[in-house]
Amino acid sequence: MEALKQELKEKIITILNLEDIQPADINDNDALFGDGLGLDSIDALELIVMLDKDYGIKLSDPKEGRAIFQSIETMAAYITENRTK
Amino acid sequence: MSGRVAITGMGIISSIGTSVEESFNALIHNKPGITAIENIQTIHANAIKVGEIKKTNTEMEQELGLDADNNYSRTAMLGVLAAKQAVQNAGINNINEYNTGIISATSVGGMDMTEKFFYDYFDKEESRKYIDSHDAGDSTHKIAEQLGLKGMVTTISTACSSAANAIMLGARLIKAGKLDRVIVGGTDALSKFTINGFKTLMILSDTYNTPFDNNRKGLNLGEAAAFLVLESDEVVKKQNKKVLAYLSGYGNANDAYHQTASSENGEGAYLAMEKAFKVSGLKPQDIDYINAHGTATPNNDLSEGRALIRTFGTNVPHFSSTKPFTGHTLAAAAAIEAVFSVLALQHNKVFPNLNYKTKMEEFDLVPQTVLMEKEINHVLSNSFGFGGNCSTLLFSKS
Amino acid sequence: MTGKQYISGYCSIENNTVKLNGQEIFNVPDAAFAEFAKQLYRDMETDYPKFFKMDNLSKLSFLAAELLLKDGDNENTALLFANASSSLDTDVKFNDSISDKDNYFPSPAVFVYTLPNICLGEISIKHKLYTENSFFIFDTFNPEFFANYAAVLLNTDKAAKVLCGWVEFLNDEYRAFVYLVSVNGTIEHTPQNIQTLYLS
Repeated sequence: MEALKQELKEKIITILNLEDIQPADINDNDALFGDGLGLDSIDALELIVMLDKDYGIKLSDPKEGRAIFQSIETMAAYITENRTK
Repeated sequence: MSGRVAITGMGIISSIGTSVEESFNALIHNKPGITAIENIQTIHANAIKVGEIKKTNTEMEQELGLDADNNYSRTAMLGVLAAKQAVQNAGINNINEYNTGIISATSVGGMDMTEKFFYDYFDKEESRKYIDSHDAGDSTHKIAEQLGLKGMVTTISTACSSAANAIMLGARLIKAGKLDRVIVGGTDALSKFTINGFKTLMILSDTYNTPFDNNRKGLNLGEAAAFLVLESDEVVKKQNKKVLAYLSGYGNANDAYHQTASSENGEGAYLAMEKAFKVSGLKPQDIDYINAHGTATPNNDLSEGRALIRTFGTNVPHFSSTKPFTGHTLAAAAAIEAVFSVLALQHNKVFPNLNYKTKMEEFDLVPQTVLMEKEINHVLSNSFGFGGNCSTLLFSKS
Repeated sequence: MTGKQYISGYCSIENNTVKLNGQEIFNVPDAAFAEFAKQLYRDMETDYPKFFKMDNLSKLSFLAAELLLKDGDNENTALLFANASSSLDTDVKFNDSISDKDNYFPSPAVFVYTLPNICLGEISIKHKLYTENSFFIFDTFNPEFFANYAAVLLNTDKAAKVLCGWVEFLNDEYRAFVYLVSVNGTIEHTPQNIQTLYLS
């Protein structure tokens, strides 16, 4: 789980072009959207593509993303539970 | 810098008809053009419905009498068909008799041909002719060429409000005396490019689109072209022209909120409507019908609804979105809806917002769901595009 | 109603060189555009992390606009931009991503930028411009169009200033020529003067 969290932090920074942020800057329970990392709806769609591409998880409704992408913690838990690759 | 801007001709081709008359018949007889996709092979074929014009490219090439070695994209051919109708409808015999320009809107340009032949470029000689037609301005030049037009040729690309901005620019150039006459509108063909793109944004409905419904699931893409002929008062007087309607107001504003999403309170839409009222001298209570942008995405309809309430208060006039008929035809949307707005004025009809069932939980707005007859003197038409580009047009009875 | 308009400031970005009002102010030799753009962004001390999410055309337009707008009062400044190749640079990238059936993961963040006017959205968001904005496609730089349309916007009180821009980006070849028009200034906003500054 810790390895997955680290992996997610690195991926998020690369995929979402978070130029000035290091993995260590993101706490496991920090809010990713809104006030936290300040991600927006397009970022959420990119994360949905990432779930599909890297972990074989398909979401059909963007609203499902809201709960999953709350924090690194919730993302890691969801991926661990549902991953197919 | 003053004077009215008359609409003296219209032409249209969309999934509900290949002429103004066919389109009107479809609108008053509840005949939408949303179907499964036939002309494009896509992995999403079973997951989407589209407003597709059931003419193949070959059929259109024949209709236009194009040589076998032509490099017309589908977007250009649709545009030529609609623009020719508009010019004919305006009774124009010599297009260069007055200082005439064309302003056309497109978002995909020649992407339909480019994607089809992209990987053939290097090994197939016959595909290379389409390289030149990728340029977004190409379709406008082709239309001008087919019309024999020698004046100003301009292409505008501001996403789904493009055609409204083309109409607005045309009106301004007439008012400023830079042009006597201008053909304005837009054209966009369906393409894999846009289908896949909107799919990634997760705003495509897997069924028929339902604007302003609480359970709306997203939009249906469509393809269309439509053009209006705008003429100055002087040209109208000199030729004793029949005026179909007047373009009485226009406004454009940026929502300054997000690359694709509309703001929660519909700021850009509100400002565009406010500006259009200012130009026209009309007041919100003068409007008899609103042809809404109403794409049926969760975001648009909420934002537009809030902007309508901000503009009209508790007295929002009868309104409907005609996108359940045609789908969202992107850069052509404001042009086909301009034609529908003029038809509403000419025939005193409010066209129905099909597929509506449940009121949205956020407000009390209910669209007009069945065809309605009433005296219509002024119509407001909204069109909003990605990039925060919001436009409003006002049409008035001649 | 029909007074004269003037160019109050202009800048160009090309070949990794930035010129503001005719003076070279920044240069990065031998760098790809992404690296050049990042260094210019840092040099301007702008704090706007969303910059790094933009496509090339938006980065180029954003930086040029920033140079002219960052210290001014920009309320009621309209945006009038144009180019020849629309958003083709990003269109091709997105097209590549949907063409590979075995690795089909098209990016929503790329698709968003497949419209040229998104760069105007980016500038509007940054500077809170709720003003009129439009993007045109011409075969070549068209000074008459800029002169005419900016005059219409200013003479009909649609805007107090107009930020005009020719922004072109294709295959790492790029050029931005952006300038601000208002009723004050010394260089009259005529097609001839626009062309001279564009070529300078």
